[in-house]
Amino acid sequence: MLVVACIKQVPDTTQVQIDPVTNTLVREGIPFIVNPYDTHALEEALRLKDRFGCKVAAISMGPPNAEATLRKALALGVDMAILLSDRVFGGADTLATSNVLAAAIRKLNAEVDEVGLVLCGKQTIDGDTAQVGPGIATRLAYHQLTLVDRIDSLDVVGKRIRVSRKLEGRHEIVEAPLPAMLTVVRELNRPRYPRVPMRLAAADAQVSVWDNRVLMLDEQSIGLKGSPTWVSKIFSPERAKGEIIGDGYADPAGSAAILIDKLLAKDMLPL
Amino acid sequence: MTPNPTIFTPLLIVSLGVFAWSCWRRFSLVALGTAENRFDNIGTRVGEMLLYAFGQKRVLAKPFGVNHFVIFWSFIILLVSNTEFLLHGVFPSISLSLLPDGIYFPLLLVIDIVSLLALVAVVIAGVRRIIAPPYPEGRTIEAFFILALIATLMMANFGINGARISRLPENYLAIANTYMPVSSIVAGLVPRPAGALVFGVSWWAHAIALLMFMCYLPNSKHMHILTAIPNCFFRRLEKPNTQPREAFAGGSTFGVDQADRFTWKDLLDSMACTECGRCQNVCPAAATGKPLNPRAVVHDIKVNLLENGTLLKKGATPAKPLIGEEGEGSVSEEAIWGCTTCGACMEACPVFIEQMPKIVKMRRHLIENEARFPEELLNLFENMEGRSNPWGIAPSERTKWCSQMEVKSFDKSTTEYLLFVGCAGSFDSRSKHVSVALAQLLDKAGVSWGILGKDEKCCGDSLRRLGNEYVFDRMAKENVRVFTERGVKKVITQCPHCFSTLKNDYRQYGLDLEVVHHTEFLRNLVQDGYLKLNGTSSELGATVFHDSCYLGRHNDVYDAPREVIELATGAVPAEMGRNRANAFCCGAGGGRMWMEEHIGERINLNRVKEALEEKPDTICVSCPYCLTMFEDGLKDVKADGVKVRDVAEVLAEAVLK
Repeated sequence: MLVVACIKQVPDTTQVQIDPVTNTLVREGIPFIVNPYDTHALEEALRLKDRFGCKVAAISMGPPNAEATLRKALALGVDMAILLSDRVFGGADTLATSNVLAAAIRKLNAEVDEVGLVLCGKQTIDGDTAQVGPGIATRLAYHQLTLVDRIDSLDVVGKRIRVSRKLEGRHEIVEAPLPAMLTVVRELNRPRYPRVPMRLAAADAQVSVWDNRVLMLDEQSIGLKGSPTWVSKIFSPERAKGEIIGDGYADPAGSAAILIDKLLAKDMLPL
Repeated sequence: MTPNPTIFTPLLIVSLGVFAWSCWRRFSLVALGTAENRFDNIGTRVGEMLLYAFGQKRVLAKPFGVNHFVIFWSFIILLVSNTEFLLHGVFPSISLSLLPDGIYFPLLLVIDIVSLLALVAVVIAGVRRIIAPPYPEGRTIEAFFILALIATLMMANFGINGARISRLPENYLAIANTYMPVSSIVAGLVPRPAGALVFGVSWWAHAIALLMFMCYLPNSKHMHILTAIPNCFFRRLEKPNTQPREAFAGGSTFGVDQADRFTWKDLLDSMACTECGRCQNVCPAAATGKPLNPRAVVHDIKVNLLENGTLLKKGATPAKPLIGEEGEGSVSEEAIWGCTTCGACMEACPVFIEQMPKIVKMRRHLIENEARFPEELLNLFENMEGRSNPWGIAPSERTKWCSQMEVKSFDKSTTEYLLFVGCAGSFDSRSKHVSVALAQLLDKAGVSWGILGKDEKCCGDSLRRLGNEYVFDRMAKENVRVFTERGVKKVITQCPHCFSTLKNDYRQYGLDLEVVHHTEFLRNLVQDGYLKLNGTSSELGATVFHDSCYLGRHNDVYDAPREVIELATGAVPAEMGRNRANAFCCGAGGGRMWMEEHIGERINLNRVKEALEEKPDTICVSCPYCLTMFEDGLKDVKADGVKVRDVAEVLAEAVLK
């Protein structure tokens, strides 16, 4: 059984600023990281590999420099890493992105091994749509289990999975037949730290690059052309000006007392 | 009961055989270690060996060392009489009396007196070990057995000589009294008819004790007689304040997880340890009830090597793991993570055993090969790799500390000094005040300085001490590249960890910087008249100074911070009981800053209590980690009235007000 982990290279958003003139992200000099939710998807895939001996493929759609993200996945222990990269994939919204990822998964299913599970982070920290995972499931007609915080059981032979979904104020235990697509939350696991021998091997390993000559998708369904969503504006919400209460250095207790009074006045302290 | 060469000679041959085989076995195990060059600067090495092995300089650093000095030199001198004894036992015609009288008689006197001194010293050592052992677990059978053997040798010697004298003709007694005064007293106790019997019993007692000593020595901690002297010769001539680099190309195992992956010098260290316990007595982890005991670490490496020796020689997998098991011969992971790398153990060791690098090498294995470490470190590692600071704060915020002041960017054509602010000075809300105070002082003194701003990256100290050498290596290379490109030559640091890393560790990367800690730099600015004191910062009240391990013990900067405090406050800061080279760690070094402290007393509380004994109004520190540890500790003991100030803040109050 093949487990596919979908990972995305994202800008370290805590370091991103928005250009006030063009309303776009200023990405110059901003380091890229693996989307934090995706690291949990990747970790869970590797745990399934450790437990059941499944093969793990990491796939990512992105520009050529997203290869670095896939090398990180190789250092952690995935069996194969595939970068889906082509200029015609660029400018994709969630629909076009899921078309490309689904095509790649279909190809893996046909050529490598039967895909049992696709694991995605619940959302990315740059787009924050949480739509790509479900989009993949829809296009592949896989069962979709979103917001998974625990895999209760996986029956590789009987092809069933039972998971816990973390919903607001409650958990839902769901069982589904494979193949299934899971989006995962951070509570699912604690990602491992790469071992140095693996890091060294990953530095020399092959990251396959699949462009549209490989996937042969209709250009109307991918990239900018295949994207019905248009971003009209991005902006940082105005933050109301703060207030320094008291002299926290000279009289911390006094400052704390003022703060408590203010919170009580606004009914923000549940007493 | 008379000496009998036909009985003695075979016994001697067997004993020599056992001795030689045991020595060969142990030294051949040491030779399993990896290569390390300790053969440079031979002249210096000989000098160090004379000073520390024969001169016993570090042994004498503790009062009881005098006792060891007496035993050591007695042993050396009595090698003459013991060699004679063995030769005489085989060839009865050989005797010291063959020497010319001018040498023979003074030699007899020396041997007689030295034997008495040795006997007294051994008795004192035995009594001390009973009533006040060097460390609580020090009352071992092995220790008492060795002392008893030495005492037996000395007493038997007096028995032999006393019996000889008792049978001398009257006219020789005056000479005997002069040259063998102690033996002559013993002779007075031996009735003439019993002389032969006393002689025979004493001779055989001496013979058996000597042969037992010979067989036992290389199989016990007394091996140090043979290994401590070369260990001083092979000592690391520079301070052991760095760890060796690790090669990453093509390797498959990193760090040390089995004894033969240590260097031969590491293994020689393990054989040179005589278990005096001085390292464990100064270790902050051991003192606060942690599972780490530096003496035990070194001992466990030896036991592990001996247990696995045969397998290791064959290249087979060792049966006893070096890391992770309970009991003798294996070092627990808790012990490995407990080290603050304060270096107190290495400062205390009389024979220059390097405990800390061994611990770091085992840490390397756990992190680099096993990815197994306390979970709090995962965040640290990710923050370091992703954002090059321990907290994972955005690098763009590195210059926030100086947002209220004008600070130049370092440019080699317009600024002389680089102020390497460090992660704490840049991001830690308390340490940012220290950065501001220092920056204001530099400006006031007219120093030409600049910062790297958002191009400054963590120096990697915590990573290296924690054993994450792979990531440290990448960060060091990146920093060295930036320093070289920007033409940085002179650096001021406010953090002793940055100070030591830039100054010592980066030299391994070919970067030779002139690094100065701010306490030294500020002292010079005041002494050279660049900073004028406007009165004294007397509102700080009574001060006490705490030495940072990485400034003091690891880099020998002890006076500068004290002098600045004295200049600024007009009074010499009080000293804690453990100060300067013997100072006690705050608990944050070696990456412990980023780890939980679950077991035993908290190290910072131990130190805070010691500081409070001096009844200070202000505790002065020279390190951002110490600053945090003391402020946290004072809160814990509810000593709210006591302030903690960095030396730069102390001076700023006297200069800038």
